[in-house]
Amino acid sequence: MIAAASVAAMLSVTTLPAVAQATISRGPRTADGKPNLNGIWQVLTEANWDLQGHAAAAGPMVPLGAIGAMPPGQGVVEGEEIPYKSEALVTKKANFADRLKLDPEVKCYLPGVPRATYMPFPFQIVQTPKFILISYEYANAARTIYMEDPGPAPVDSWMGQSVGHWEGDTLVVDATGFNDQSWFDRAGDFHSDALHVVERYTLHGPDMLMYEATIEDKNVFTRPWKISMPIYRRQEKNVQLMEFKCVEFVEELMYGQYRKKPAKQ
Amino acid sequence: MRSPGFWGGRAPRKLQPSEQPTEGSDSMKLLCALVGILVASMCAGQGLVAKKAWTPPRTADGQPDLQGVWTNATITPLERPADLAGKAFFTPGEAAAYEKRVVENANVDRRRSDISADVGLAYNEAWWDRGTHVVKTLRTSLIVDPADGKLPALTADGERRAAGLAEQRRLHPADGPENRSLAERCILWGTAGPPMMPGPYNDNYQIFQAPGYVAIVVEMIHDVRIIPLDARPHLPSNVRQWLGDSRGHWEGNTLVVETTNFTGKTRFRGASENMRLTERFTRTDPDTILYEYTVKDPATWTKPWTAQVTMAKSNSRVYEYACHEGNYAMTGILTGARAGENNSAKAATK
Amino acid sequence: MAKRLWMATVAGAACLSVLGWAAPPPKPAGYVPPRTADGQPDIQGVWNNATITPLERPADLAGKAVFTPAEAAAYEKQAAESNNRDRRGKDGATDVAGAYNQAWFDRGTKVVPTLRTSLIVDPPDGKIPYSAGGQKRLDAAAEYARLHPADGPEDLALADRCILWYTAGPPMLPGPYNSNYQILQAPGYVAILVEMIHDVRIIPLDRRPHLPGSVRQWLGDSRGHWEGNTLVVETTNFTGKSRFHGATENMRLIERFTRTDANTLTYDFTVEDPATFSKPWSASIPMTKSSGPIYEYACHEGNYAVPGILGGARAQEAATK
Repeated sequence: MIAAASVAAMLSVTTLPAVAQATISRGPRTADGKPNLNGIWQVLTEANWDLQGHAAAAGPMVPLGAIGAMPPGQGVVEGEEIPYKSEALVTKKANFADRLKLDPEVKCYLPGVPRATYMPFPFQIVQTPKFILISYEYANAARTIYMEDPGPAPVDSWMGQSVGHWEGDTLVVDATGFNDQSWFDRAGDFHSDALHVVERYTLHGPDMLMYEATIEDKNVFTRPWKISMPIYRRQEKNVQLMEFKCVEFVEELMYGQYRKKPAKQ
Repeated sequence: MRSPGFWGGRAPRKLQPSEQPTEGSDSMKLLCALVGILVASMCAGQGLVAKKAWTPPRTADGQPDLQGVWTNATITPLERPADLAGKAFFTPGEAAAYEKRVVENANVDRRRSDISADVGLAYNEAWWDRGTHVVKTLRTSLIVDPADGKLPALTADGERRAAGLAEQRRLHPADGPENRSLAERCILWGTAGPPMMPGPYNDNYQIFQAPGYVAIVVEMIHDVRIIPLDARPHLPSNVRQWLGDSRGHWEGNTLVVETTNFTGKTRFRGASENMRLTERFTRTDPDTILYEYTVKDPATWTKPWTAQVTMAKSNSRVYEYACHEGNYAMTGILTGARAGENNSAKAATK
Repeated sequence: MAKRLWMATVAGAACLSVLGWAAPPPKPAGYVPPRTADGQPDIQGVWNNATITPLERPADLAGKAVFTPAEAAAYEKQAAESNNRDRRGKDGATDVAGAYNQAWFDRGTKVVPTLRTSLIVDPPDGKIPYSAGGQKRLDAAAEYARLHPADGPEDLALADRCILWYTAGPPMLPGPYNSNYQILQAPGYVAILVEMIHDVRIIPLDRRPHLPGSVRQWLGDSRGHWEGNTLVVETTNFTGKSRFHGATENMRLIERFTRTDANTLTYDFTVEDPATFSKPWSASIPMTKSSGPIYEYACHEGNYAVPGILGGARAQEAATK
């Protein structure tokens, strides 16, 4: 009896279905019935330069010429203007004036949320039922979206803690637990550690996500405000994220003044 | 081409009885399976679990499930210690004694009369988290091949390069950031590799799987290895990356990952940019992934070498390690070195 | 005398009909433009708006709105001779400055077919109606330019800087040469490629709002729609830096394109800027079909002028020290 059962068990084990190795699914639904957000995505707006509508402008570094110039943007803010408290607007303007020194992106610091979404670099979504991982090419920033609420964030961080759930076919991500170090763009738009971001990702067809983020920070803004933009699927053959480990590229900038000087002759 | 075996994994060398058996002929395989299940079913009745009978669950798209948070912290060293030469395995009793000794030693007071040395040795286990256990296999070294548990000999070129690097470090310990370790520079941590080696603390990983991909989040320093499982080619050879470029496929229940396109700047134990790494991940029980890797770098070592580390399931989460954002160390080290030179210069002119 | 009176009446009627931007466009006798595939009146092709008729009526023609044909011919002859005469100067600098003849320019050889003495049709005196504030600003700018002709690139003409050419505007006025345009139409859009300096005005025909008020552009922001056979284009969001007769960033422009015959695109525009002009003013310029093609004008890439002008100014300063 045991032998027969063992043979049966063994047979069933050796006839397991072949592992699906090569299928990078583009189907509209994952196996657990959710919209399939897997893949490599990138935003095409100029939001990272300035969330608000802006004309083109010269950049802060003359030697970079047109390469360092700000491209124009129609803006991604609903209602066009970010509703700063008056004293916070003073800070924003000061940030902008001194952005070469103050923008954390210059130093290859983690971009925070939602800036990571609209950096001019791709990101990859790896979607599982319990976690959705977003791996950003920029500075290998990463965030794990907990699909089961783990409770309040145990500690503040640059990328915050993200908790997600599905509302119909929209992935809603609630992010808290931020420090006050990141900016929203290169124009000096900033927040405090009271930042609270709610994102919505909705597939429109297989190759485009509509993205919205509602931003709330009682220390900085008079009310919550919203940005929105499409995110497009990168469709090059064999597309993959590559490394952008920019820490190495900013060492001269950040530590060059501490270099040993060549000995005087 | 090796056919997927019931036990999973590929065993390129002779195995000890405590490890997974070699692949034999199909009939042998069948017989072993029968015996194994019989043993398992008998042992199960007595409350013992025979690991060999365990089959990992599958993800929705049919991959053996490696997901979860894992730690590879271990006190087992890479190379077999001299006083354990010839001894490949501990007995359980020996392992426990070894663990006790190592853990005590890590926390012992190490006072010195010289201030620098005194401070340098002040770090005890409050600062580290190297783990408290040897690997589950009870090996005395992570290296399983060569059989002596030591790295194979370096080639002449490998020796020359290693000597050159050592000399550079000696002469220029802190001229600029490039003279410091990749970890101090917050560029790359040992736990990322690849290969993914346990480090001083936070040896934590979270693995995710989606159709066609395995993604490994390395806590230090929020590196994410996204490994495609299709048969796409590697990046062009003129593209070199700190973590190389990885391609994976399943062989039975073992994820095999081939990585090329290294930079040569990672200096993994002296490796060159032509290092080729093969890693194997096999979940041997609900709480264990057997992680084995083989390094091939004929420019550096006279033969390939293989190591194994066991990864244990963790109840914790992966935290954000914003290394660069909080890197006071670099500024401190460099300004300290400059101050030291200043003092020497001043002393010299007195 | 009767013929002249008749001409004047016709011209006057035509003039009155284009007064103000609410008036209907001139109705061509019998010509119906073909249609594009999506039903737009077809204004496509390469067009040229070179003419010797000036924007503003010359002082010596004050009160005279229209030429007789004979007067027009005489004017044209005189202009041709004048533009090509020898203009030797007493010293090297003035000699060189006067050396450019029509080999260098391509301003056209004809007055406009309506025989008007100015492109401006309203006000009736053919002159730009500056407000006091506008005139003051204009004079201040002129004085500044006199004192600082070449301190830096910002003091030079936009055309010399290769930023914006006269023919681009908008409004699109004839320039010293290459007053060429290519118009293309696709569903929901009219696109005007201005040869100088490869500016493309892409005009959406839906009712989308203008860009936010915080965004200002050299060529402004244009929105178009068809009224019968006339393309009406409204443009806002100017920068105030384009120095169009002293206009500020709040300038508002209405342009009207009507194909009045197979080879003529009648181009009317009205400018409004209360801070600069005491009332809106309008002009009309015919664009004539051209065989083309449109060439690439790589202005900036070949801009030896700016380093030459600035370098020369610095050399002069050094010499006078």
